[in-house]
Amino acid sequence: METVVVGVDNSDVSTRAVEFAVDRAQKNDWKVVLVHVIPWSPYSFQTPTENEHRQREKVNETNAAKEQILVPMAKIAEEGGVAHEEIVTHGKPSDTMSDLATKHGAVHLIVGRTGDGGLREAVFGSVASRLVQQAKIPVTVVP
Amino acid sequence: MNIADGFESFANGVGNVVFYSVTVAGASLPLIVVWLVIAGTFFTIYLGFMQVRGPRLAVDLVRGKYTQPDEVGEVSHFQALATAVSGTVGLGNIAGVAIAISLGGPGATFWMILAGLLGMATKMAECMLGVKYRNEHSDGTVSGGPMYYLKKGLAERGMGGLGSVLAVLFAIFMIGGALGGGNMFQSNQATAQIVDVTGGDDGFLGSNPWIIGVLFAIAAGLVIIGGVKSIARVTEKIVPFMAVLYLVASLIVILWNVTALPDAIGAIFSGAFSPEGVAGGAIGALIVGFQRAAFSNEAGLGSASVAHSAVKTKEPATEGFVAMLEPFIDTVVICTLTALTIVITGTYQNPDASELGGVALTSDSFETVLPWFPTVLALAVVLFAFSTMISWAYYGMKATGYLFGDNFAAEQGFKVVFLIATILGSVVALDPVILVSDSMIFLMSLPNIIGLYLLAPVIRKEIHGYLSRVQSGEVQKVKV
Repeated sequence: METVVVGVDNSDVSTRAVEFAVDRAQKNDWKVVLVHVIPWSPYSFQTPTENEHRQREKVNETNAAKEQILVPMAKIAEEGGVAHEEIVTHGKPSDTMSDLATKHGAVHLIVGRTGDGGLREAVFGSVASRLVQQAKIPVTVVP
Repeated sequence: MNIADGFESFANGVGNVVFYSVTVAGASLPLIVVWLVIAGTFFTIYLGFMQVRGPRLAVDLVRGKYTQPDEVGEVSHFQALATAVSGTVGLGNIAGVAIAISLGGPGATFWMILAGLLGMATKMAECMLGVKYRNEHSDGTVSGGPMYYLKKGLAERGMGGLGSVLAVLFAIFMIGGALGGGNMFQSNQATAQIVDVTGGDDGFLGSNPWIIGVLFAIAAGLVIIGGVKSIARVTEKIVPFMAVLYLVASLIVILWNVTALPDAIGAIFSGAFSPEGVAGGAIGALIVGFQRAAFSNEAGLGSASVAHSAVKTKEPATEGFVAMLEPFIDTVVICTLTALTIVITGTYQNPDASELGGVALTSDSFETVLPWFPTVLALAVVLFAFSTMISWAYYGMKATGYLFGDNFAAEQGFKVVFLIATILGSVVALDPVILVSDSMIFLMSLPNIIGLYLLAPVIRKEIHGYLSRVQSGEVQKVKV
């Protein structure tokens, strides 16, 4: 069984990407790994108070992402009857997804064209365009 | 008697006790400075010259090469270091260096650098302990710092009673340091800068400096009481930018006068051993150099240990290595560049130099090459002062929390007193403010360094143990 990695977030486009992936997974007998990366840089500047509470914040962020993003996305995969796995992690979304794909021996990456990044994406470019440029495996961008 | 006069007599009283001095070769040598220098020298030798053996590992740690996958998303070595540095880098690097050179001549620079190098070992010791003995609360927050290692560390070695006493003393002094050097000195110098660029002493703000103090107190109050994160975030992002701008500007001034560079370096070395016209000669230069370096990089005072202890790591030694970079950045790099700027432009030879003191002398030095820089420097000073105040408000609050068992009312009470001190700092003259700031901050080194000596075997075991596991390959890099 081959594995594909699907990048997910809180957007409609992301839901379409999962639906697309699940549909192909049924036909090709793929396992889908649903990945949500919480944007995080170890090189950001923080206040002492933020540092003190960081451990708790990380747990809160991870739980929120699981509940609000991965549970509904996993449901789509479950209903489609395909093998699936969910991962939440922190980091730079494009790099982290690419690394996770390598780690899981994935043959394909699937992402939505735009995410929930709003202005940040408009200014700095989307995760999808970065992945297209950087990924070592084929990338499908779902509109 | 008005507030300023009352404060001055208080300052003199405290200063006389803390800076009890003996006369050596005609110069008065405060014993507390000797205390810090001996600690730096002791840990340099006892830990085996980690300043030479450790920097490469420290840089790799900061770059995340040893960060375990489960540590991703939590406070990185870089973040802990950056937070600590933003609490340390501030007026000490701009005003303190100028004060050192105006009192001790160019030679004071040499002793500052040496003090910075020795301070790396003390900082390594205290920040490693901060992580090792921190409290990890059930709600996912962490508290660390000298209060915790004095109490828990000494208890482990069968000196629980002494440890508790030292911890309480440290917490009391840190509250004093937070109000003095971490607050009043900052507000005082920032006010002086703003007055300087808005028409001087005769201008509206010059006649009413308290207005600036009140504005500072409001901004700080919004952050520390109101919990307005946006102000703190903006400050935390602008400060590194200003620091880089400051360094670039000082490099420009130095390069502009590059032909005078050999002379400037010569003046620093010859001034270190045989200064001309400095009270107390070489010893006088040494004393002001060491004193200003200690005030700037805070090694031995224990303050930074509070900030460093938030890092996510299973190995306390790692933060020791990383913390060592702090006095290097602060004193060896930034203070040296400030000093070179002042020495190379010759502004310290101005007969009014010692009266100008503080930021004004540094500002004049930059102005000789970059006429627009005083305005930028004023902004940098205000921002550095503000970020240092935010850090120290946090340190003071943690100390209050330690004394009163994280009592909410006590912590809020501290914050109110802190803001009143901010306003007070803006209206009183520079000298008494420096005296009180120095006194309170240096007092912290008494309980802290006693604790460091008593815990020295623990420190060496952790540091050497980790280093040998890295060297033997037992601890592997996660990424190359």
